[in-house]
Amino acid sequence: MKLKLDKKDLKPFLQSLMDEYNLFAPAQLAEGVYVFRKIDHPDEVDLSCSNTQKPAKEVFFPQSETMFRYEKAGKQHQVTSAEEVERKRVILGARPCDIQAVSLLDEVFLGKEYTDSYYINKRNATTIIGMACGQPLSTCFCSSTGGSPFLRKGSDLFFIDLGESFLVELLTEKGKSFQKNKFFKEAKPEEISLAKAIEEKAVQKTDASVPIEGIEKRLDLMGESLFWDRVHEICMGCRVCTYLCPTCHCFDIVDEGEHQQGQRVRNWDSCLSPLYSLETSGHNPRPSCRERTRQRLMHKFSYFPTNFNKVACVGCGRCILYCPVHFDIRKAILWTSSKRPKEFDGGMI
Amino acid sequence: MVLKKAYVETTDRMLRTLELSFINEEDAKAFRFIPGQFCELSVLGKGEAPFGIASSPTENGSLKFTINKAGVLTTALHHLEEGSEVGIRGPLGNAYPIDLFKGKNVLVIGGGFAFTTLRSLIVYLLHPENRNKVKDITVIYGARMPGLLLYKEELAEWEKRKDLKLVVTVDWGDKDWKGKVGLVPNVLEEVGPASENTYAVICGPPIMIKFTFPKLMTLQFPNERIYTSLEKRMKCGIGKCGRCNIGHLYVCKDGPVFSYAQLEKLPKDY
Repeated sequence: MKLKLDKKDLKPFLQSLMDEYNLFAPAQLAEGVYVFRKIDHPDEVDLSCSNTQKPAKEVFFPQSETMFRYEKAGKQHQVTSAEEVERKRVILGARPCDIQAVSLLDEVFLGKEYTDSYYINKRNATTIIGMACGQPLSTCFCSSTGGSPFLRKGSDLFFIDLGESFLVELLTEKGKSFQKNKFFKEAKPEEISLAKAIEEKAVQKTDASVPIEGIEKRLDLMGESLFWDRVHEICMGCRVCTYLCPTCHCFDIVDEGEHQQGQRVRNWDSCLSPLYSLETSGHNPRPSCRERTRQRLMHKFSYFPTNFNKVACVGCGRCILYCPVHFDIRKAILWTSSKRPKEFDGGMI
Repeated sequence: MVLKKAYVETTDRMLRTLELSFINEEDAKAFRFIPGQFCELSVLGKGEAPFGIASSPTENGSLKFTINKAGVLTTALHHLEEGSEVGIRGPLGNAYPIDLFKGKNVLVIGGGFAFTTLRSLIVYLLHPENRNKVKDITVIYGARMPGLLLYKEELAEWEKRKDLKLVVTVDWGDKDWKGKVGLVPNVLEEVGPASENTYAVICGPPIMIKFTFPKLMTLQFPNERIYTSLEKRMKCGIGKCGRCNIGHLYVCKDGPVFSYAQLEKLPKDY
């Protein structure tokens, strides 16, 4: 049986979620700027955006996160860990690309040798309500990276926007616990077929032509290629692509406060920053933007696949949409392939 | 941990060895390491950074770290008073492949203050229980000036030993210096150790490592028998935070010790 949620019931539904969980959903931070944040009132939730600027990874891996607090008590310090999650969480409205990205972050933070309890605790405490991407943008290419605008994998519940209502699919055990939710009604056959039609149209619209297949091997042969000169001549190193990337997971660790009292915090960091790899001695193994842009692309399309057998890109298109100099990662991928158009040889990218 | 003792190593007073002991008995018992591994040390409010363990597991009691005063944290570590608290995470990383050294000659090449984990290795190999497990031990160690050599008392002791060949060199000598003068790669060429049945272990500044590899090639060392310990800027130490990668490997968890056979397949990001 397929279910639906009428949009007029959305706010009471959100309120019912908030009674039991900490709710994270897209909210408008400033005009046109949407992010996932903890919702204090159902009115804050805004599902009208095509996709949030900042990815949903923030719910599991915050931009800034306290690891522990410390306070001097007598001769020694009292250290209090901040790794526990106090309340169950639900994330509503994450797009399939962001959810696919979480599965890539799982590879890193679950790890073979070491696990990251800060991430894992949040991950385990969270129910994911995915939201189908009915209207992918021209920058979206999830269909090229093994995803789809309607990819259900990773979601516990899956919503499809039908205009007046959402079609609701319960996908996992966590999702099935919502079976008897009083706001969910049985969906009509015409609503189910409407959802199918939206899905077909969205899948058709998403760019599936970016040649990702075999990119790992192609890049391995391009360590010293002129290609990197071209990439770095374009890039101004602003790092917005890495901060908005749903799969980027680099972080810095710093102490905030004094010796007497303070906290150790981890913050998102970026491999495109010159400080990222600068050593105290003054030596920098990646001294110019050339090495740094190479690191970013090689990590996504060569190193990550070597370690985890998947590319670290989900085709969300944020790095294309928000790049101030219009660097297009799809063209960079195309450049490495045999499908490379002739005009690229003249230095274009 | 608690700072038990600290002393200055070099005449410029920039290098100090810290001897740390565990506060809890159980932690001391549980802490097992192999030469070549490192720890993340921290002073609350100043931060955390990785340091190679300079003591050998055969030395009971405290852990030694030799630290160059270079930034905020290392300055704080230098200024700690005896009895102060120091945070520790570790041991981290892989280690020198001591099992492979069994029955072989070991050539140790060190430069500057990167000699710390090599000290751990040498002390370990010289321990009566271990010394007969390897054949000849040759140590080539260089510093910029005589005053910048670490562990001077131990070097003098090793000098007297018959079961270890020690060659100490400096880039610039002074009026009292009677030893060799010359850069480590050149001295290595001059000493010309035989590569047969020998493992080479190098640790030093990147520039020294870069010029030492070709000299070892000339001496016919195969890539699989050259090991080096690398350093990179590091935060988490467990392969999550991303910054210490060289290609698909992380210096923190896949290293810091790599064979040259591994490194030649990777980008030169170190």
